Amino acid sequence: MSVGSWLLWGFVATIVLTTILAGTQGLRLTRMNLPYMLGTMFTPSRDRAKLLGFAVHLVNGWLFSLLYVAAFEAWGRATWWLGAAIGVVHAAFVLTAGMRILPGLHPRMASETHGPTVTRQLEPPGFLALNYGVRTPLGALAAHAVFGAILGAFYRLAGG
Amino acid sequence: MERIGDHAVVGNGRAAALVSRGGTVDWLCWPRFDSPSIFAALVDDGAGRWTLAPAAPFRSERHYLPETNVLVTRFITATGALAVTDFMPVASQEEQRRLLLPDHELVRMATCERGTVELETVFEPRPDYGRVGPRLRDAGGLGLRAETRAGLLTLRADLPLAIEPAGRATGRAVLQAGETRHLSLSYADEWPAILPPLGAPTREALARTVRWWRAWVGQLRYDGPGRDAVVRSALALKLLVYAPSGAVVAAATTSLPERVGGDLNWDYRFCWLRDAALTVRALFGLGFRDEADAFVSWLLHSTRLTQPELRVLYDVHGNAPPRERTLEHLAGHRGSRPVRVGNGAADQLQLDVYGEVIDAVTHFVRSGGTLDRETQRMLCALGDEVCRSWQGADEGIWEPRSGKGHNTHSRVLCWTALDRLLELHAKGHLCSAPVELFERNRAAIRRDVEEHAWNARLGSYTARLGGEELDAALLLLAWYGFEDARSARMRATFARIRERLGARDGLLYRYRSGDSPGEGAFGICSFWGAEVLALGAGSAAEARETFERLCRLSNDVGLFAEELDPGTGEALGNFPQAFTHVGLINAALSLEQRLRGEAPLTHAVPPRAALEEADA
Repeated sequence: MSVGSWLLWGFVATIVLTTILAGTQGLRLTRMNLPYMLGTMFTPSRDRAKLLGFAVHLVNGWLFSLLYVAAFEAWGRATWWLGAAIGVVHAAFVLTAGMRILPGLHPRMASETHGPTVTRQLEPPGFLALNYGVRTPLGALAAHAVFGAILGAFYRLAGG
Repeated sequence: MERIGDHAVVGNGRAAALVSRGGTVDWLCWPRFDSPSIFAALVDDGAGRWTLAPAAPFRSERHYLPETNVLVTRFITATGALAVTDFMPVASQEEQRRLLLPDHELVRMATCERGTVELETVFEPRPDYGRVGPRLRDAGGLGLRAETRAGLLTLRADLPLAIEPAGRATGRAVLQAGETRHLSLSYADEWPAILPPLGAPTREALARTVRWWRAWVGQLRYDGPGRDAVVRSALALKLLVYAPSGAVVAAATTSLPERVGGDLNWDYRFCWLRDAALTVRALFGLGFRDEADAFVSWLLHSTRLTQPELRVLYDVHGNAPPRERTLEHLAGHRGSRPVRVGNGAADQLQLDVYGEVIDAVTHFVRSGGTLDRETQRMLCALGDEVCRSWQGADEGIWEPRSGKGHNTHSRVLCWTALDRLLELHAKGHLCSAPVELFERNRAAIRRDVEEHAWNARLGSYTARLGGEELDAALLLLAWYGFEDARSARMRATFARIRERLGARDGLLYRYRSGDSPGEGAFGICSFWGAEVLALGAGSAAEARETFERLCRLSNDVGLFAEELDPGTGEALGNFPQAFTHVGLINAALSLEQRLRGEAPLTHAVPPRAALEEADA
């Protein structure tokens, strides 16, 4: 594995993904904000949550990109469309299983069945994160496909 | 449709809701004052409302919890009494760090105080000024949800709610004495929604809100006449401060008519530079330094893109307001069409704004503020602009749509601009001012006004140079220090204004012309009348009596609209109106100074002889 290439393009891909998701939020296509959702796991303060969540999101992006890189190394090739395909699978996993289990992991997220409590008041994402807007899955799919495409296009295989 | 004055206001420094005596939220725009409405029944019965009241016939009375913006409406029915408490939660910065709180929430709590009362709620959101009939969805424990293009509305209640066709939900519950039901409407546009639980957490939100407002009022320094009215005015003014930027919107509403059934309906959810000096003086005078500093910062920031030219009005973030357009689908308040959004006055020329902005900055400096070099350069550039343009015609303070003229008030405010710049320079706050240029133009403006705006036959200053008409804005000549309120000219002008523009109980019309036929007496002008008396145009007793009579003309919860019908006392125009409450506060401050024997406003008014000598 080419560690330098992974660190660089994992970082770039995460920044682009974050930018696309923030763009869809700014354009009112969705209310999903992954850094905020991650940050509120640690603090209720809105401002600190955004900052902390961004850092956690960045590390997450790097870690996830490791899986992409492992796949490229296993296949012996890395192309933008292979990366995009992994990205779509990644997004599908996040939107289905990931969003379903999030209320169980998140200490401040309300549950769909029991409603909010004193400690759990954050709106849960629901299936495909549709609670955050009907266009949320499309934005997430696009962002993750671009994330994978960047890694696939620019990551240099260890033997390459 | 309930009348304008039948409403009270609750808010949180970003948005405001108007609640009627009948327990209906008739106006609410989220996420900020000038956003499209969620409820707009105030301008069209079909444009959305949210009612929470007894199902049976009732009579109601209401009040704010002392020193707060928490509204309590008490409904008396044949079988019992029900108190509905309405508020938008607010919290201290420390609480915001500690707690997960919604950005936008309106809370309603209904408590049966006596007997048995059947409570009914009808929820009919109609976003985008009534154009959208949202689909309501029951999300179980997460409440009723209405996803709109602008964001998510979530209604939660601890009584059963049933979704009916056409985007409507209703609920009923029979309450025995001591029982309470809680309802929360929240809005999320940018983030996942925060959904506060009901019950004890709602009561804690109420306690936090009450604590916050009382701590804020605790800063207020005023012990003169009409303290309750002053406190309520300060609280109303605070509700119209857009907290993220410090801007003060003129009112919370659009198109409430100056004449019922007429077309004098304008959008006031923007910030007028015209109001700057008066607002800053009111805030500093009461001791609200943070709000005054924030407003001056907003003034300097918002005008930066257009300097040295100043626009008449800006939105809460200093951008040009949207172009004025009419909403043809809305019937208007009691048939007063059209309903307008955006404001066409943004394209007008008002030369008075230079004086108002510079005077506001001067108040800031007098209160201990300092100016950086960029701001000093900006102020000098404004002064240069005044020197270039003061001889021209403009639309003037009242923004008539009938064209430009040589307005006395505008010219005096140009004088004010240069006078204050010279004061700032003399005190070392303006390093490189072109002193000689400013002094020459200041003297020229004074000569021009004294020679051409004084009508010897009438024995009064006039609205326009060489004119015959009067304008209540002439009372500000004393306020800005152009004339001493005790001078023969000022007393004579005030006498003529009372004679020609006066109505009952100290009320004054702003003018009598074809621009605004049938409009009511103007709130702030009436308080200017009380203030000019306090400044020396009359006795202290006369000033106090006038002030107290005017204060009694508010609605039942102490709020004023822009105007009043002198015949019926009915509130007219947008509501609640910052300008009127600013007028009340400033009159109170001047009255308090007079009663204490203190010097009036710190504006220096040198004797005319000294001025002439200086000019020579």
